Amino acid sequence: MQLHISANDGLPIYLQIVNQVKYLVASGRLKPGEELTPIRVLAERLLVNHNTVARAYRELEAAGVVEKRRTAGTYVSDQGSPLARRERIKILTERIDALLAEARQMGVAFDDLMKLMQQRGAALQTDRNEE
Amino acid sequence: MHDSFPSAGPPIIDIRRLTRQFGDKRALDELSLAVPRGGVFGLIGGNGAGKTTLIRHILGMLKAESGSVQVFGLDPVQNPVGTLGRIGYLSEDRDLPNWMRVGELQRYTQAFFPTWDEAYAEELRQAFDLDKQARVKSLSRGQRARMGLLLALAHRPELLVLDEPSSGLDPVVRRDILGAIIRTIADEGRTVFFSSHLLDEVERVADRVAIIHQGRIMLSASMDEIKDTHRRVTLHFGEPLERPPSLVGALSSAGQGAEWTYVCSGESEQLRRAAEAIGATVVEDAALSLDEVFVSRVQS
Repeated sequence: MQLHISANDGLPIYLQIVNQVKYLVASGRLKPGEELTPIRVLAERLLVNHNTVARAYRELEAAGVVEKRRTAGTYVSDQGSPLARRERIKILTERIDALLAEARQMGVAFDDLMKLMQQRGAALQTDRNEE
Repeated sequence: MHDSFPSAGPPIIDIRRLTRQFGDKRALDELSLAVPRGGVFGLIGGNGAGKTTLIRHILGMLKAESGSVQVFGLDPVQNPVGTLGRIGYLSEDRDLPNWMRVGELQRYTQAFFPTWDEAYAEELRQAFDLDKQARVKSLSRGQRARMGLLLALAHRPELLVLDEPSSGLDPVVRRDILGAIIRTIADEGRTVFFSSHLLDEVERVADRVAIIHQGRIMLSASMDEIKDTHRRVTLHFGEPLERPPSLVGALSSAGQGAEWTYVCSGESEQLRRAAEAIGATVVEDAALSLDEVFVSRVQS
């Protein structure tokens, strides 16, 4: 689990951790059931206060991305759970909004954007089949 | 997982209306500050703001001219034994006896602290790659800082006070120092009080921050509160403007035409309403880095 923290990002450090873990989970680099780096270990590695890491893990737990287990430790939730699915939809919605805004600024019509989306989807499918 | 958030109990450091005059210069001006037990407290301020003078009062090296200083509920000048034995201190100039060898200095310091943990001292010495036989005089700047840190940590103090611990050090030694701060508070109930002008470091490790300027505390709050209540908002106005209209809570502004950016103290919702009131819409809203908060507070 590789995270990169920048104190000059403007984004609070706990949110940087939250966003990056969400991204790792959504992109499949962290798999359901995988254990997150323990709070103290991550705090020392990133050189941040462990309360900051604890807060990030609490937020991730509240969002359903991770869960605490009785044996101590934080694990990536089963992505079939409704909360995790909602979280994924939320991440995608943010990206779609950004894409729509950019398309509008560039003067690309909505229908053309949808066409492009379908083309890219088909291209991705072909790549997969060739693998 | 236990969170060692600052406890609600009495503060570990309690300073009230402390004033200190050096000749014509008022170094501390009716300064009040409470540091809660547990967690990391960062004191930030420019050169000559009064950081070191304040720390010297906390250690009982200076007597309060007016106002009061209490550490662990005790006056450190009247009760040096009850306070200093529980404080680990790294001074800015890292004044160590040059003529001693590393091993000798370790044994010498041990004698002052009943709580000295020799196994821990040895562990630190090896981690810091300090040669027992080396003369203190021959240590590099970085090794000297590590030696000072070892002496401050090895008696496992309740309160660790670091005056500009990273100043003038290379990134490797700075990492050692930050790592030591983080490990110290992971040890439950311990408190770290450190001054710094390297604000990205403070932002990483501190739970609470106080800004000192011209001998006074300008702001003392938790890092989360500071992040929530200091924003940079960009406003879009209906038409180009010569200069930005004043916005409630704004500390500074810059921009041109129809878009102006304000550095503000206030929460997002508050600022959105204030923007509406002057006929503008918020097109960007972001938290400030601690660096930006500091500059806007000290300049305004």
